[in-house]
Amino acid sequence: MYLQVNGAKTYCYTGGKPIDPAQPTVVFIHGVLNDHSVWILQSRYFAHHGWNVLAVDLPGHCKSEGEAPASVEAAADFIAALLEAAGVQKVALVGHSWGSLIALEAASRLKDRVTHLALVGTAYPMKVSPALIEASLNEPEKALTMVNMFSRSTLAAPPSALGPGTWVYGTNMALGRRVLRSNATVNVFHRGFVACDRYANGEQAVAQITCPVLLLLGAQDQMTQPKAARGLIQAAKGAGKTVQVVNLPVGHHQMTEAPDATLAALRDFLKP
Amino acid sequence: MPGYADPGFDTLALHAGFAPDATGARAVPIHLTTSFVFESSDHAASLFNLERAGHVYSRISNPTNAVFEQRMAALEGGIGAIATASGQAALHLAVVTLMGAGSHIVASTALYGGSQNLLHYTLRRFGIETTFVKPGDIDGWKAAVRPNTKLFFGETVGNPGLDVLDIPTVAQIAHEAGVPLLVDSTLTTPYLIQPFEHGADIVYHSATKFLSGHGTVIGGVLVDSGSFDWERSGRFPELTEAYAGFHNMVFSEESTVGAFLLRARREGLRDFGACLSPHSAWLILQGIETLSLRMDRHMANTERVVQFLASHPLVSRVGHPLLESHSSHALANQLLRFGAKGAGSVFSFDIKGSREQGKAFIEALKIFSHLANVGDCRSLVIHPASTTHFRMSDEALAAGGIGPGTIRLSIGLEQADDLIDDLKRALKSAEKAGA
Repeated sequence: MYLQVNGAKTYCYTGGKPIDPAQPTVVFIHGVLNDHSVWILQSRYFAHHGWNVLAVDLPGHCKSEGEAPASVEAAADFIAALLEAAGVQKVALVGHSWGSLIALEAASRLKDRVTHLALVGTAYPMKVSPALIEASLNEPEKALTMVNMFSRSTLAAPPSALGPGTWVYGTNMALGRRVLRSNATVNVFHRGFVACDRYANGEQAVAQITCPVLLLLGAQDQMTQPKAARGLIQAAKGAGKTVQVVNLPVGHHQMTEAPDATLAALRDFLKP
Repeated sequence: MPGYADPGFDTLALHAGFAPDATGARAVPIHLTTSFVFESSDHAASLFNLERAGHVYSRISNPTNAVFEQRMAALEGGIGAIATASGQAALHLAVVTLMGAGSHIVASTALYGGSQNLLHYTLRRFGIETTFVKPGDIDGWKAAVRPNTKLFFGETVGNPGLDVLDIPTVAQIAHEAGVPLLVDSTLTTPYLIQPFEHGADIVYHSATKFLSGHGTVIGGVLVDSGSFDWERSGRFPELTEAYAGFHNMVFSEESTVGAFLLRARREGLRDFGACLSPHSAWLILQGIETLSLRMDRHMANTERVVQFLASHPLVSRVGHPLLESHSSHALANQLLRFGAKGAGSVFSFDIKGSREQGKAFIEALKIFSHLANVGDCRSLVIHPASTTHFRMSDEALAAGGIGPGTIRLSIGLEQADDLIDDLKRALKSAEKAGA
């Protein structure tokens, strides 16, 4: 469905269903150079199992218009505005990579409006190498290949986002190219990486949240290595938050390399 | 993995799509089963509703076929693939996924006879019309576009004249018209050209040929690049609007880059049913594992045979882009991975003299097998006008670069000297038959 958010046409995948006020709502937030479709093997399930799903295309990405967010904070503002536009009061937030930082920052602002916070493939700080940031601006195809290699852990993923016969390396490359092409004015690859790299409010944000947190990490993830999430986990525990950590034996794209295990972890965590 | 560089072609040919499973089997197992047990009722419902990914019934998907599909997608640089019962089934699946009655295709004249037949006769019966254009007639491709055009279609190198399709130019014309370019890359395989790098959107193969490589199996595969934007085009409601035949799913919302493959599998394999046997998929995988080794030898042998024929006095024409006289010589050097040398090992030549001399030539061959196939590890020979292309009129044959006396060779992996000796002997017989 399309919503008007901050005056811009915004796409949310809902599993083909309208929002039912009687159901809980989960928002899925994608990472850099991705869109809603990376969640399809989780979002569609929830949409058909008692949840309203808003798997959003962030502004300036693919089907969504508007100014692509230049910071995690700006993207978190957008998530708050999205909930207003959708008429949703309480929400579970699920974010991947850059989207996990956006979800974290949004949860810190929305406080008890957020019932659950799931951070998939996360790290804090989420530093991006200068070489990769530079390549994302000047050699995006090369940078996309690098990201793909760092993100993937296997040449033999199980049946994935298109079902059996999907080559997940290829889907990620094609999606990255499509998202990059979708914005004629802003290089959303570079802007997203810079936003990740500059985000400095993670520890404060995690102290502000009022809901349980799930960290869903990939043991072979080279983009956001599990050890890079330790600080965030300690900060959350130190602030007295309920923290659950699930490690999957995959890379950075948990949703497509281990779709069933990712779904199971989210399903268990989001149980009302 | 993980690693720091893209895996190379040979690594992907051996490893893409399969790692040892719980059984420890190193080779890809053959999953000869029609169906797969559900974990629970919820699991079953989720699979049917595409909430989860997995195998249900082997007409739709199968673990062995999925390895073949992933491997081909990897080798082509695509997002995924669908294994089909034959190359013709792959072509049919592509067409019927993208259009119905009232639609129009623009296709090259230089096509395999079966493809020409499907487009010119059979699909016309179902309300899908095709305009044929010579592959090098760039203005012709542009002029053939109609408001109801849904697809451009050609072969990487046309069978058997080896007219190289100018994929970048034809793809640009297709994209300006808002339609995808489908390419048959059977004769080149992904080892000789990756059409997606040049702008093609969808590729298919008759896996019967070089991919399997041993003349043992019939199969096909359809690979999507994921690059064509169906929504932006606006010509494909089949992919961008709710489909009552599958839970009112909007395929382009479910997958930004994979709408075509989603519908092709979920509707095309479900309803038309031209699936591949897992055993056949396994045989094709055996071939793919040595594809680059075999193609190198095919190329080397072809170069020797072309040189021999080009200098033989009884031969009036050799139709291989290796020769500067061939109309696609420059384009082959520009587009193909190994230049004109890589324009395939299936080519034609003309013998001076009568039809009887042509017949004498074929019947005198001892190593070359006279049969209707190409891309075998063994060398093959056929007379297209009386066999593979016999339904075509003389005009259509000429448009495809085929004369009444044209002989088509598929150069195999034997010793090149033995192949040349065989051809030399047969040409001598042809010469005697004309005396």
